[in-house]
Parts: sequence; C-alpha cells; structure tokens
Amino acid sequence: MSALSLLLSPLARLGAAVLGLCAATGRIAIFAGQTVSHLARPPFYTREFLHALFQIGWLSLPVVGLTALFTGGALALQIYAGGARFNAEAVVPSIVAIGMVRELGPVLGGLMVAARVASSIAAEIGTMKVTEQIDALTTLSTHPMKYLTLPRVLAATLAVPVLVAVGDAIGIMGGYLVGIARLDFNSAAYLRNTVDFLEPWDVTSGLIKGAAFGFIIALMGCYYGMNSARGAQGVGRATKAAVVAASVMILAANYLLTEVFFSA
Amino acid sequence: MIELHDVHKAFGANRVLRGVNLTIPKGESMVIIGGSGTGKSIALKSILGLVKPDQGQIIVDGQDVDKADRDAFLARFGMLFQGGALFDSLPVWQNVAFRLTRGTLKRPKSEAREIAIEKLRRVGLKPDVADRFPAELSGGMQKRVGLARAIAAEPEIIFFDEPTTGLDPIMSGVINDLIREIVVEMGATAMTITHDMSSVRAIADRVAMLHDGVIKWTGPVAEMDASGDPYLDQFIHGRATGPIEAVR
Repeated sequence: MSALSLLLSPLARLGAAVLGLCAATGRIAIFAGQTVSHLARPPFYTREFLHALFQIGWLSLPVVGLTALFTGGALALQIYAGGARFNAEAVVPSIVAIGMVRELGPVLGGLMVAARVASSIAAEIGTMKVTEQIDALTTLSTHPMKYLTLPRVLAATLAVPVLVAVGDAIGIMGGYLVGIARLDFNSAAYLRNTVDFLEPWDVTSGLIKGAAFGFIIALMGCYYGMNSARGAQGVGRATKAAVVAASVMILAANYLLTEVFFSA
Repeated sequence: MIELHDVHKAFGANRVLRGVNLTIPKGESMVIIGGSGTGKSIALKSILGLVKPDQGQIIVDGQDVDKADRDAFLARFGMLFQGGALFDSLPVWQNVAFRLTRGTLKRPKSEAREIAIEKLRRVGLKPDVADRFPAELSGGMQKRVGLARAIAAEPEIIFFDEPTTGLDPIMSGVINDLIREIVVEMGATAMTITHDMSSVRAIADRVAMLHDGVIKWTGPVAEMDASGDPYLDQFIHGRATGPIEAVR
C-alpha cells in the first residue's frame, strides 16, 4: 500500500461512515413519512392500536413510576446538599418540580420506555420478518405498515406523554417524601412551594417532549424490526440497534426541543 | 394461467433468476424442483409481488401483475409458507380466518369462526384446536393450520412453499395427500416448490426443474423419469455426481 493511500485510508473510512449515517437517516425519514402517511388512509386497525396502547402505556407504568420516585428523592437530596452551600435549601421543592417536569420526567421516562418497548417491538417484528409472518400478512392483503407500524407508533406517541405526566407526579412525590422525612421540610410549605413556582408551560413542554420521544421509540423499534437480518443473530442485532438508536435520538431530540422551548 | 417471461432477479452480485420462462395452465398443479438456493422461492415471491423482479414480465390470467389492483390480485391467492408463518399472537381460528375478519372479504365474526372451524376440519384438525395458539401445536399441526388458512377464502390460485419440510415421512405423506385432494376439489391452479420427490409425485400434474436461475426442463410428471435431461435425472435420483455441482 502506498504512503498516500495509507494517509488517506482513515479519511476514506470516515467518509464511508458519514455517508452510511446520512443514508440511514434518509431511510428512517422515509420510513417515518410512510408511517405517518398511513394515518390518512383506511383501514385503521383499532384492535391492534388498543393492544399496543395497553402494552406500551399500561405495562410501562411500574418501571416509569419507580424510576421517577427514586429520581425525585435523589434530586431532593442533591439540591438540598448543593443549596446548603449558599443557604438556598428552601429552593428544593421548586427545583425538584421544575427539574422533574421539564427534563428528568420526560428524558428518564423516555429512556426507560425505550429500553422496554423499542427492544420488544424490534424483537417481535424482527421475529415476524424472519419467520415470514410479514410476507404472510402481505399475501393476506394486509399492509404490514398499517397493521404493525402505525398502531404501535400512534399508541406510543399518545401513551408516553401520559406516562410522563404520571412520572412527573410520582417524581415530585418522591422529592416531597424525602423533603419531609429526611430534610425536615414542613409538609404544607413544601407543597405550596412546589405549586407556586410551577408554570403550565413547564408541564406542557415536558408532555410535548414525551410525545416526541414516544414517536421515536416506536418508530425505531418498528424500523429495525422490519429491517432485521435473518436468524437469531439478526433479530438480536435489530433489537440492540433499536434501543441504542432510540436512546440517542431521545437525548438529541431533548436538546433540540429544549433549545426551541427555552432558549432566550 | 400464470406466465413468467424472461424474469431476472439479482441480489448484489448474486444473480438468482437469469431469465425464467414458465407457464402454469389454469387448474393445473405445477411443482418446481431444484436444489437449495436456486431461486425457487424468489420465483414464487416474484409472482406475489413480495420480490420485485429486475427484468421480465409476470402475467396472471392475461393481466400484468405490475398493473393489477394489488388487493384484488392478492385476494385470488392463498399461500402455505415453509414454516407455516402463523401469527403467534392470534389463536388458531383467527389465523385461519385472518382474511375473513378484515378487508374486502370481511364477514361477521361468528361466520368467520365457523368457516375457520370447517377449514380446520377439512385439513384433519378437530374444532378444539381453534382456540389454541400456534406455539401450542406440533409442526405437522401448524402445517395443517397454514393449509387451512391458505384455503380459507377459497382462492383460485394456491402456492405451497416446501410443504413437507421438517415433517416425518408419514406426516409428509398426509400433507401431500391433503394438498392434492384440496387442489383437485377446489379446481385451483397450484404452484409448489419443493425438493422432496415424494411431494412431486403426489402433488404434480407438471414439473419444472430450476437450476442456475433458468428452467432446465418442464413437462408432465409422468414423463419426468424418462426425460433424458441430465440435470433432472441427477436431481430426482439424488446422485452426487453429474452436471449439478455438489459441494462436499
């Protein structure tokens, strides 16, 4: 190998990686567009949608609730310890509430749902692909995107904001429990501080983030499932890729939405 | 009648179909044989539109499949997949009646269930199987359920992809006989792909041998043994030596 090609080889690899990333982004964008376009075209599979709503929404409630409870408690301890450095311990209730509803509720809730739901959707659809169930759907005059993708994406887009709202409330409650049990806050004062400093937009922005994260989670699960390679290894890779992609996209989307909602 | 004219399909550098020409007359049972990886499944999936050929034309009853209304076109077909391809999340009767519970062929639920049970009975399964899930059934029972699903909407054309793969010889014989009976009874056009010679003799009116992406020989099943075609002879007698290269 010549010196020049040795010198250029890392650049070529970098270029190939960038091109690969652009191509994957394009494919995901087309997949998302096709999914949304099916919303306007009948038939709509209500039973599949309700089933997905139950699987994604109801069954994710324990994991989201527990995550929020412990996060709220830890947040109260951290803010109290940090606030004590400049005699600002009293801000604990308001910072816990704002931190939960604006950031930690949607992001941690989204990441927990991504781990639980994106993996399960990718594994289920990936297995359907390798066992020819998706081909079978087509031969039975049923569009796989209408039957599998749209109900899941719609259900996740609607269910995750509700999970975020429940998670917000439980997280604030976690902070409250730690506040009165460990940090000697007065119960009524803690609650008053929480409510007084919380604005409607704090809550609404978190719910909008939740809807965006729900869309991303189900879309990644469906995309990687539908494009799963053959065999157990192929399904395993699709599952892993779905969780990684959904998690990274949630964090990136969170930054972008925070810029849009709160930049001065 | 199904006609394939000069159908080509490649996956990257792998040219699977290299100009397939084949005619399946209406009401006949055509069996396509050939080694693993010779493109039998791709040919079948090309007809259904599950795979888009790179070149060539596929015509079903005088109509180019590319120009046909997709739903109406697929409503004429039934297909038995190699592994059954039953939907794990649905009970057996809903698998069988899948087409009858949604879309243009939708029937009331009770009627769809009745038809499903009747079709299950036709393939030798008792009505109590209807409420079980596919994972609770043996391989042979899953094939029968797949067969019941393929015939549930009384299709004009039925495809069978490796119908006896993974079954013991006795169950293979049962499935072969069922396929033959059902195809004759319904007067359907059938296309089967297999490398099981007992299936070929039980199911076929005509046989086509696919090798290297082209049809090497086609003719009535009765003429298969005396064809004189070296590819067909090697295949049906299972010889390791001959024009078909066997990797050892």
